[in-house]
Amino acid sequence: MRSAIEDLGGRSLASVESLGRLGRFAGQTLISAITVPFRLRRLIAELFNVGVLSLAIVCISGAAVGAVLGLQGYVTLSRFGAESALGSFVGLVLVRELGPVLTSLLVTGRAGSAVAAEIGSMVATEQIDGLRMMSVDPVNFVVRPKVVAMVISMPLLSALFIVFGVGGAYMIGVHLLGVDGGSFMSGLEGSLSFDHDVAGSLIKSLVFGVLVGLIATYRGFTAAPNAEGVSRATTSTVVIGSVTTLVVDYFITALWGVN
Amino acid sequence: MSATVQRQLERASAGPVHIDVMGLHHAYGTRKVFDGLSCRCTQHKITCILGASGVGKSTLLRMISSIEKPQSGEIWVGDEEITCMPEAQAKRFRRRIGMMFQGGALLDSMTVFDNVALPLREHTELPESEITDRVRNQFEAVGLKEAERLLPGEISGGMKKRAALARAMVTEPEILVCDEPFSGLDPIAVRNVEALLVETKERAGVTMILTNHHIGSTLRMADQVVFLAGGSAVSGSVDEFRHNDDPRIAGFLDAAGPGRAPVELPDASEVARDA
Repeated sequence: MRSAIEDLGGRSLASVESLGRLGRFAGQTLISAITVPFRLRRLIAELFNVGVLSLAIVCISGAAVGAVLGLQGYVTLSRFGAESALGSFVGLVLVRELGPVLTSLLVTGRAGSAVAAEIGSMVATEQIDGLRMMSVDPVNFVVRPKVVAMVISMPLLSALFIVFGVGGAYMIGVHLLGVDGGSFMSGLEGSLSFDHDVAGSLIKSLVFGVLVGLIATYRGFTAAPNAEGVSRATTSTVVIGSVTTLVVDYFITALWGVN
Repeated sequence: MSATVQRQLERASAGPVHIDVMGLHHAYGTRKVFDGLSCRCTQHKITCILGASGVGKSTLLRMISSIEKPQSGEIWVGDEEITCMPEAQAKRFRRRIGMMFQGGALLDSMTVFDNVALPLREHTELPESEITDRVRNQFEAVGLKEAERLLPGEISGGMKKRAALARAMVTEPEILVCDEPFSGLDPIAVRNVEALLVETKERAGVTMILTNHHIGSTLRMADQVVFLAGGSAVSGSVDEFRHNDDPRIAGFLDAAGPGRAPVELPDASEVARDA
């Protein structure tokens, strides 16, 4: 009984300690993000790795999700004779929720895991220690460009996801199922407000970019210096990043207000 | 008289001692690594740290390099005590040390040239032409001219060691720390890297500390040997080490090969010339 309580206490303390370390790491990264040197070349390279290399998966997934939304939305709306509201339905769902959330999940799986694995293997092969020995701050040199690239890429990728999603829904709804193209587009335009829907979507993407970037770099940075450590860092990045995205999405939605 | 001043006077009277490790205690969890370990490294000499795997050789190097701190004890480098330095001061201190990591620790995403140029680009205001000259000089010194535009993944283990040595030396440090410089190398490459290190020490006048499992190269190149066992250290010259009666040292030498039989030791400069 006593050992179970001790175990629980130990785990609780370890969790609090881990949160504290993550907070400290986030603080270091934030300070690093606004101090020189800015390392533009490394940032551009990371924008390519995180953003450009995620383009295909985001665009294809967006189109597929939009097509499914078009199909399911049509079937459901047609029961009430409201097929013309398909554009409005697809727009609201994609812009408010699915665009930022699914993009974050996709980026976590593709780029987040790659970032954690790269930094984890740098730890395992003493490259991080090598930077320290050269008095080069590894947070500034390695972490900062990756987190900033994630923050910049996430809203742009989310916007692309939404555009391809709307395109997919339009193709299915209008060209395949015969919904009027004009009513689809006017419903889409009329139901979305920039201040509420688009700004909310943008804020979600930015927050997800910060969170996924920090989680991926932190898990890589604190990986055990061996193959198993790298593997664990990669897996935990995907798991923690995905769950955090979904939980934080609820809180942002609740705080931002639902109309 | 403050403890620091007293320490400085002791250092001054100790002559050529460059690094003085005193009473280190350190443990990872319940595993005790150092239990009052003390040793000294003389200025401009080569000190080899020997010992079985897991005895704390690399940990000691990391502590001397100030990238890891002991739980207690002192490490003096010149007149500075480095174990209680704040990080900003430790960063400045590390510029006095060049470290050659076991696997090279070259950044995979940069060419060998950019790896070697990195510390100069980070910490000096030198123009790119001057940096290029200095890096090329280092490549020439380590015999690596043909690899400067390659990525670390495209070169051999021996070339990585050379590149790591070039990077460690490009800022002209006063201390060169090498973690297992001969690991994973064939016997000829061992001789080449050994000669390179001896030549580097002679040319740059650095104090060199290296961990090593390779008894032959230790006997050939070391001026001093520090043998780690059971959390403490036995130090001495190469001859003292070879004739030491400590059963742990005798056992280590016997297990390593030539044992305690007299070994014909070539002069270090001779080794450098041969290679």
